[in-house]
Amino acid sequence: MAEQGNGESGAAVTGGEGGSESSAVDNPGLPPHRPRLADVDEKAAKRNERQVSVLFLISIIGTILSFIGYFVVGQTEGNLGDLRLQNTLLGVGTALAMLGIGLGVVHWAKTLMPDHEIVEDRKPLRTEEDRAEAEQIVTEVIDETQIKRRPLLRNTLIAAALIAPLPAVVMFRDLDRSDDFGPERMRHTLWDEGVRLVRDPTGTPIRASDLTIGSAMHVIPENLPEISSHGERIAEKAKAVVLLMRMNPDDFEHTSPGRENWTHEGIIAASKVCTHVGCPVALYERHTHHLLCPCHQSTFDAAREFKVIFGPAGRPLPQLPITVDAEGFLVARSDFTEPVGPTYWERGEA
Amino acid sequence: MSASKTTYTEADYLAVDEYEPKTSGGRIANYMDKRVAGTGMVREFGRKVFPDHWTFMFGEVALYSFIIVVLSGAFLTFWFDPSMATTRYDGSYAPLQGLEMSMAYATSLELSFDVRGGLFMRQLHHWGALLFVMAMAVHMLRVFFTGAFRKPRELNWVVGASLLLLGMGAGFTGYSLPDEVLSGNGLRIIDGMLKGLPVVGTYISFFLFGGEFPGSEIIPRLYSLHIFIIPALILVLIAVHLFLVVVHKHTQYPGPGRTERNVVGFPVGPVYAAKAGGFFFIVFGIMALISGTFQINALWNYGPYDPSPVQAGAQPDWYIGVFEGVLRLVPGTIGDLSLDWVIPTPWGGNTVAFPILLGILPVAVLFIGMFLWPWIEAWITGDRKERHLLDRPRNAPTRTAVGTAAVTFYMIMWGMGANDIIATHFSLSLNDITYWSRVLIFVGPVVAYILTKRICLALQRKDRETALHGHEAGVIEVSPDGGFHERHQRLSDHELWTLTSFEAPRPSGPRPNAKGKVTAVEKLRAGLNRMWFEERVAPVTREEYQQALEHDHHDEDGGLEAAGSSQGRITRGGD
Repeated sequence: MAEQGNGESGAAVTGGEGGSESSAVDNPGLPPHRPRLADVDEKAAKRNERQVSVLFLISIIGTILSFIGYFVVGQTEGNLGDLRLQNTLLGVGTALAMLGIGLGVVHWAKTLMPDHEIVEDRKPLRTEEDRAEAEQIVTEVIDETQIKRRPLLRNTLIAAALIAPLPAVVMFRDLDRSDDFGPERMRHTLWDEGVRLVRDPTGTPIRASDLTIGSAMHVIPENLPEISSHGERIAEKAKAVVLLMRMNPDDFEHTSPGRENWTHEGIIAASKVCTHVGCPVALYERHTHHLLCPCHQSTFDAAREFKVIFGPAGRPLPQLPITVDAEGFLVARSDFTEPVGPTYWERGEA
Repeated sequence: MSASKTTYTEADYLAVDEYEPKTSGGRIANYMDKRVAGTGMVREFGRKVFPDHWTFMFGEVALYSFIIVVLSGAFLTFWFDPSMATTRYDGSYAPLQGLEMSMAYATSLELSFDVRGGLFMRQLHHWGALLFVMAMAVHMLRVFFTGAFRKPRELNWVVGASLLLLGMGAGFTGYSLPDEVLSGNGLRIIDGMLKGLPVVGTYISFFLFGGEFPGSEIIPRLYSLHIFIIPALILVLIAVHLFLVVVHKHTQYPGPGRTERNVVGFPVGPVYAAKAGGFFFIVFGIMALISGTFQINALWNYGPYDPSPVQAGAQPDWYIGVFEGVLRLVPGTIGDLSLDWVIPTPWGGNTVAFPILLGILPVAVLFIGMFLWPWIEAWITGDRKERHLLDRPRNAPTRTAVGTAAVTFYMIMWGMGANDIIATHFSLSLNDITYWSRVLIFVGPVVAYILTKRICLALQRKDRETALHGHEAGVIEVSPDGGFHERHQRLSDHELWTLTSFEAPRPSGPRPNAKGKVTAVEKLRAGLNRMWFEERVAPVTREEYQQALEHDHHDEDGGLEAAGSSQGRITRGGD
């Protein structure tokens, strides 16, 4: 440690570009030391000693306060008031315990320990000899391996070392062990012809008359709760969540060819997964028919097939074609006709 | 380590065992010394000098908050179960009882409500993490604006920048662990961003989540990153960082008695150790106070993660705000043109998600620029010297201006991460804030650059005037001929040295290479160099100072000391 240096000897350095002016005065050296009160007055020193001790005593009180918070308040049993009291006592107690020690020690250092600044030379770094010696060692070591004289050794070693880590990378392949591995699965959701739209989370089916004009409903496919595995269910839900709205049919400003029968009496359904990075587009403003994603504020217009009118989303929300079944419940006409959610490389045109 | 003896006599070896300590402390020291050569350490560090300045504390704060985060985090691991297996909550928080949730969320609730002090530790852990990243960021700004990253400390700057990134990674992986709605939506955003990466993005998302988002693998995987891999890397890099601080010795601010060849400060034993050690307790105390009195991440309010619900006004931890903000900033459509571009291919096309890529780009440029800055600056200035004396920020006007421009660039993106909160709290239009920010992100840094440079140069001129003419004494005197003058108080040599002992090089112009040719790259460098050094306020030279003193002397003949501002000469480019 003692000989650690700065890598370059001072004498060799060249000036910065353009050079610098000679300074107005020579470096005058350290300013004169001014004694503190405690240095000249033993009474003041005594006072400082007492102050430090008081701080240490405050620390002890803080520790006791923490114990009171822990044992006297005790188990809070879900009582939020008790929990807050316990948390405050633990926090304030710990704070006093720590601050008492910390402020005490710093006060001690600043008032009673010596405050003379010391000048230490920066060690002049590596010497030329050191460096030459190191260079020689490295050269000799390389020579002794004969790696320069025998390129076959070098080249085959490089090749082997380059590919040796690959199995370790490949072994991460099974991070995804699902049966339907690949981007194709992102094109399908639980929605299909005849799948009922049900309320999230109760699972009750919906009649057209359940929705008044201007109202909206959070919807899942009826077959979602049948999935028993939590992980699979939540992954399917992450693609299948739908926002259902009822508008005045006259308010639809644009309907593309082929989508004429995708709505039912002004009821229109859209994927709730934002086409930007996938947050739930959960906010619906009935007067403007706008849907807003609260994460990055992409705004979609329900009257114009969920066209993006503001924010970072690049594509409209996919619309779910709906109709009613024989019993009058809302059902899907088909799955979404395009992948839902964020844009991805393999997504392509549709 | 160098210049050590290469041959030893038998007596040298025997001498090790001959020493008989007198005191018990000496015996312990002797025992250790014979086995681990401890006296060398004491000799090296016992009285090692550290310069003292309040701005040197930020790095300490970062180190101490990391220790606090490790301690509180270790406590949490004893109860937290990073499992996505489902359970029905039956803990003591009534509103969630009977709800199906992951073990991760259930044990987070257990820690909050049923483990005494668990909530305190959770809050200490979270506040500590925020402070850790904050302290690193402020420390880096200090290092940047004082030029402490210059030779020989460039590599330690890179180590520090890596620590900043790792700290952010540690924070984000921890933020996602409780598996409630808020953190789940955070992961959803990560998933969306990953999928936006061309070619590999979809697969990275699959491998990270173990299938389609969110799956049932992500929490344990994040946990392994959060409590093992990232902290281990941080620990190693902290060790390297501190080792290099010892190797280089600490930088110091310029001032009387300080040179490039010395270190002025307090010795480790006892003053520095006491101050730094005490400071750890102070940082701990303040963090405990905040954790005891200010709630953070009340995760029982959010409910278990479900892909459908979301809160309006949700905010990430502060250091993720820049990523969040820039995602909000980039438009997804321009008129009817979508920024999701489809490249037609025989297999049905590939899609490039520019709203994501354009969001990642500015942050990437900022961070890559940060890593490379020491070499960029040295290349522009041509400075190859070792620098142990810091720059006062005003004495490096262009660097300071570049720094504030970068900070402004960052702050606009960061502020955009809270545009919804700004809109509701200040009754502004959310859309207008976004539109304005899209302009500000380009204009703001330029304005910041120009303003900062002007301010630095003005401060330098003020320094120059003070050095030449002294402080205004606040005493107005009337001369016999009726003129009014303010008396000026000459500076002490100590003060004068602080104000005048800096370098202000002139532009160096393009230099031909070995073949005598000025390359295009060299022309670019020379152009940047001119921009860097052209406007300069030169330090007061000895001649100028002598002239000013003589000037005083003449005035004193008239019984007065005067210095009108007309004499405050300012040296400009090429002067």
